[in-house]
Amino acid sequence: MEVIAQHGTLFLALACLFGFFMAWGIGANDVANAMGTSVGSRALTITQAICIAMVFEFLGAYLAGGEVTSTIRQGIIDPEVMAGHPELMVYGMLSALLAAATWLMIASLQGWPVSTTHSIVGAIVGFAAVGISVDAIHWEKVGGIAASWVVSPVIAGIVSYSLFMSVKYLILDTDDPFHRAKRIIPVYMWLVGFMIAMVTLLKGLKNVGVKLDMGLGGEFANAALASALIGLLVAGFGALLMRRIKEVHNEQNRFYSVERVFAVLMVFTACSMAFAHGSNDVANAVGPLAAVASTIQSGGVISAQSAMPGWILMVGALGIVVGLATYGWKVIATVGRKITELTPSRGFAAELGAAGTVVIASATGLPISTTHTLVGAVLGVGFARGIAALNARVIGSIFMSWLITLPAGAALAVIFFFTFKVIFAF
Amino acid sequence: MTGSNILGKLFGRSPIGPIQEHMQIANQAVQLLPDLIRATTAGDWDTAGAVHKEIERTERDADKLKRSVRRHLPKSLFLPVPRSDLLSLVSMQDNVANTARDVAVIIMGRNMCFPESMQDSVLAFAEACAATAGQALLAIQELDELLEVGFSGREVKRVEAMLKELDKMERRTDKMAAGLRAQLFRIESELPPVDVIFYYQILSLLGNVADEAEAVGDRLQVLMAK
Repeated sequence: MEVIAQHGTLFLALACLFGFFMAWGIGANDVANAMGTSVGSRALTITQAICIAMVFEFLGAYLAGGEVTSTIRQGIIDPEVMAGHPELMVYGMLSALLAAATWLMIASLQGWPVSTTHSIVGAIVGFAAVGISVDAIHWEKVGGIAASWVVSPVIAGIVSYSLFMSVKYLILDTDDPFHRAKRIIPVYMWLVGFMIAMVTLLKGLKNVGVKLDMGLGGEFANAALASALIGLLVAGFGALLMRRIKEVHNEQNRFYSVERVFAVLMVFTACSMAFAHGSNDVANAVGPLAAVASTIQSGGVISAQSAMPGWILMVGALGIVVGLATYGWKVIATVGRKITELTPSRGFAAELGAAGTVVIASATGLPISTTHTLVGAVLGVGFARGIAALNARVIGSIFMSWLITLPAGAALAVIFFFTFKVIFAF
Repeated sequence: MTGSNILGKLFGRSPIGPIQEHMQIANQAVQLLPDLIRATTAGDWDTAGAVHKEIERTERDADKLKRSVRRHLPKSLFLPVPRSDLLSLVSMQDNVANTARDVAVIIMGRNMCFPESMQDSVLAFAEACAATAGQALLAIQELDELLEVGFSGREVKRVEAMLKELDKMERRTDKMAAGLRAQLFRIESELPPVDVIFYYQILSLLGNVADEAEAVGDRLQVLMAK
């Protein structure tokens, strides 16, 4: 107790610093995976991709990140176990942040496959199991999270497969693909608008302090109706943008004009991708920060109920934006150059499948990896025979990243945890 | 920090573009054969030599591209069509270029010139064989459109129609070859025997060019059927 009263401000400052560092790392590196598909398929220029990423990562983290943050903050560890020793919670979360950020840095520099989500979860489980007690962990919750890491890429793959098959039958394999595309693509745009609006209305508005009531009885019905209307607005806007695209004859590729229509759709799915990434990956970077802040602000009482302050998500969102501006744009350009084989009609299916899966995971508070989900989605399009060549070895490197990242994050967190304990014991 | 980007590593190099380019080069070699025969019948050996050089160069280019396609098709790639089908498609395309070169080598090596009574029909035959290779190229050039629609539906039907035309053209070259062999048989006793052997060989090699072009089409059909 005294430790917290004495060093409270220092702890909070450290947590902000580490949390910001973590978010910076995500902005510098991880965002590239979310945005690279759009740049690679030439639906967006790098500048456009960065502008979209900045706005929608921020919105995603701020409006839909709350559930994942609270899982990291109080879902994995049982706060009751540490009721008498709030400083342990503070040390633990600080070391989890530092461990994850350090590990991400090392692995990225070495070119090893890593995932922010996995390092954070590994670090938290590590410090709690070794530093406190094995019973301090909600193992059934951890099991659920681990299962979601396998399930999310598979679901994203199935969704993307279905999306691409629908595109194939409804648009590409018809007598007049160009005009079919213009008529059908607004439906996909509606889906993007509906999805983001739904998550925002159900999960995000309490952060902003707005309450929506259209007199339909039931929060869900209200949100569904409002989201459907917002979706219509989005689709209308998209249809307006598509009107500018005229059919041009191209001998080399008869689908040239069709792909240009899909490129408009991809602007929308890129927004949803950035939103999804913000709502999950950013949120789990600031989860430990939220835990530290709430422990210190309540004067050492570890409460599971306290509301999450909005400024914490702001720290994460800002970290991402700064990461993007300082380093991320370079990585986006590099990834984009490697993904040139992906045309907009496939890129959109992959992005929408991944974004939908991630957003639903965010709403249920499951911390998953956006990158792995997107890989699953791309493979789904590949199974629909949509992509010329995919490197199947990447699946192996995803498994490797699980095997390496979890113990590495855990080990580093344990080391930092005992270091903090020793330093502040005097 | 870019090495860790899983997504960048996920996408392999598409074999479709290089395969199309390979067929284009193979076809180029075949399209030069009528020029070569025209030059030899005119007795213009300078031009014939230049054309022969050009055919040799094209065949080497095709070889280089073939090896590059194979190098970029490792077993770990996940492709929309079986890898073995793509590899044998490239081999068959390469055969077309190789046979074209064989024809040129024999004609130039022996300063060969067909008997005057046959010259027009031999040229027509060479042109028909070249047209067959051209039709195979047209079908191969649909590969990227096939990929766009995931190897299904209308695009497959479209390519199948092209392959039917290819079949027809190849049958025509068969008939022309039979006619030419009969013509040669009637006059062969008046000609130097060694020359006659090689006339027959050139006729059969030209026929092979058309056969191999058709084999490319057959392979394409197998590839689409899966």
